[in-house]
Amino acid sequence: MTNEHAVHARGLVKRFGEKVALAGVDFEVKTGTVTAILGPNGAGKTTAVRILATLSEATEGEATVAGFDVRTQGHEVRRRIGLAAQDATVDPLLTGRENLIMLGELHQMSRAEASARAEELLGEFSLLDAADRRVSTYSGGMRRRLDLGATMVAHPSVLFLDEPTTGLDPRARNELWGVLDTLVERGTTVLLTTQYLDEAERLADDIIVIDHGRIIARGDARTLKRELGGDHVQIVLVEVDRLPDAARLLEQVTGAKVAIDAGIRSVVAAAPNGVDTLVEVARSLASAGIAVEDLSIRQPTLDEVFIALTDSPAYDDDSVEAAQSGARP
Amino acid sequence: MTARPILDHTAEPRGSRGLLHDTWVIAKRGLVHMRRQPEQLTDATVQPVMFVLLFAYVFGGAIAVPGGGEYREFLMGGIFAQTVVFTAFGVAVGLANDRKNQAIDRFRSLPIARGAVLSGHALTNLLKAMLPIVLMSLCGLIIGWRIRSGIGDAVLGYGLLLGFSFAMIWVGILLGSVVPSPEGVTGIGFTVLFPLTFMASTFVPTSTMPGILRVVAEWNPVTTLSDAARILFGNPNTPPMPSDPWSIAHPIAYTVIWIVGIIVVCAPLAVRSYEKSLEK
Repeated sequence: MTNEHAVHARGLVKRFGEKVALAGVDFEVKTGTVTAILGPNGAGKTTAVRILATLSEATEGEATVAGFDVRTQGHEVRRRIGLAAQDATVDPLLTGRENLIMLGELHQMSRAEASARAEELLGEFSLLDAADRRVSTYSGGMRRRLDLGATMVAHPSVLFLDEPTTGLDPRARNELWGVLDTLVERGTTVLLTTQYLDEAERLADDIIVIDHGRIIARGDARTLKRELGGDHVQIVLVEVDRLPDAARLLEQVTGAKVAIDAGIRSVVAAAPNGVDTLVEVARSLASAGIAVEDLSIRQPTLDEVFIALTDSPAYDDDSVEAAQSGARP
Repeated sequence: MTARPILDHTAEPRGSRGLLHDTWVIAKRGLVHMRRQPEQLTDATVQPVMFVLLFAYVFGGAIAVPGGGEYREFLMGGIFAQTVVFTAFGVAVGLANDRKNQAIDRFRSLPIARGAVLSGHALTNLLKAMLPIVLMSLCGLIIGWRIRSGIGDAVLGYGLLLGFSFAMIWVGILLGSVVPSPEGVTGIGFTVLFPLTFMASTFVPTSTMPGILRVVAEWNPVTTLSDAARILFGNPNTPPMPSDPWSIAHPIAYTVIWIVGIIVVCAPLAVRSYEKSLEK
């Protein structure tokens, strides 16, 4: 079955009692492409994936995956998808091989077929050496690789990856990106969710930015940046203690929202008048006696795009720490 | 055979091989868990054996069986019943664990028969329930317990124990679906199920209990399951009195009614609350 759109969602709404997780989203994923749903915690990313993977029913709206309706043809959908949930859900008490064989059997393969397929995937995901060890002894990166392998057992036509690299150290994250690159090169249709802008930029053809259950922007990374365009002025301070002062000052001068990154002692905001703004900022900094390591004007990063779009930073405090410890290059 | 590419969009998905197949695959996983986590089995292995030894040797001397006979033989029916009631624990903890680590979500994203996850859990636990019954029988044989009835009655006795286990599996599924965490399950199990197995003829005859407690014990199915096991295995039991309530006078029938009742009430409730617990 060939469809132009492997995933097609219209007006998806999901309410849990009073709480609105999805407030009506429309999007599609072209067959053979990678789409990233980008958003902070609680934006509705996982809810959207759960609806598409038939784990949860939309309160309103409709969606098809691989041409089948998720509401009425769930079984057909499940035969054609692979889902990697947020925490690698491979069974810790089984060995890597046993996990894959079990999933093969649950995909209605015979024992022999499932074994052969497990062997293939263990090789493909560089897990042959650990194949017969219990998953509880695996590293985080190995677990994710196995989890990814597990989603591929039945040659799915659509892959859903819910935050595939959350919680991984930078090395494991890079490694996993490499694995995902290979999948993508082979033309798998992938819908992934992420909180990391660089991850979306790196892996996805299309990016859907959501916040509070609504799509607030979409397009490829380049388009998103251009749409929000304009120059940004960045101040890198000598002393981290002066960040609040610098932020206040920058806001006064630019009248724009200011993004603070304590890790690199930097504050950034849109520069409405380009170089003139820069000059004005420099003057104010000097008169306030704030020591500056670097002052520059440049194109916005996707991070800043996000802040401009959502009114709030993309990261809560916890993930800022994670980012500072190196999860974000 | 040529290696297939890792991705093959032309591969047609397979037809379903049915509920039994899927149930068995999931049950097999449960059996592997059981083998690799022997410490999770203590409630089904060490604990009943400990109770046999404690009551046979520590308390046993102080407890008299009203109709006469060896207390150790009286005891076995009760411990069989207690062990069977505790089946619910294992089920609930297993299910709560699966929910916690999202294993259930993965299963549900697969093209498996509806209900296979629960029936797989149920099958694992039914097989698991046989372990303590066998172990207890061996332990009983060592301390002098014997089956003194015919083969037919003995088979019926074991059948009744397994039947009650099966009913308790549904109680466990209900518990595992309603209580959010594995720790909570253990807590509730201990505060509800544990006393329930003591307010019964499990270890002492109900005739020694005061007023209201005695009434509770007489209508407690754990009492009638214990008594039924004693009768079917030909072991000493409190002799019937004309003043006995219907439950005590007909322990086998009363127990069967409970088995059927628990299944009829709990199974649909369990399935419903299980499905509700997945909506998040």
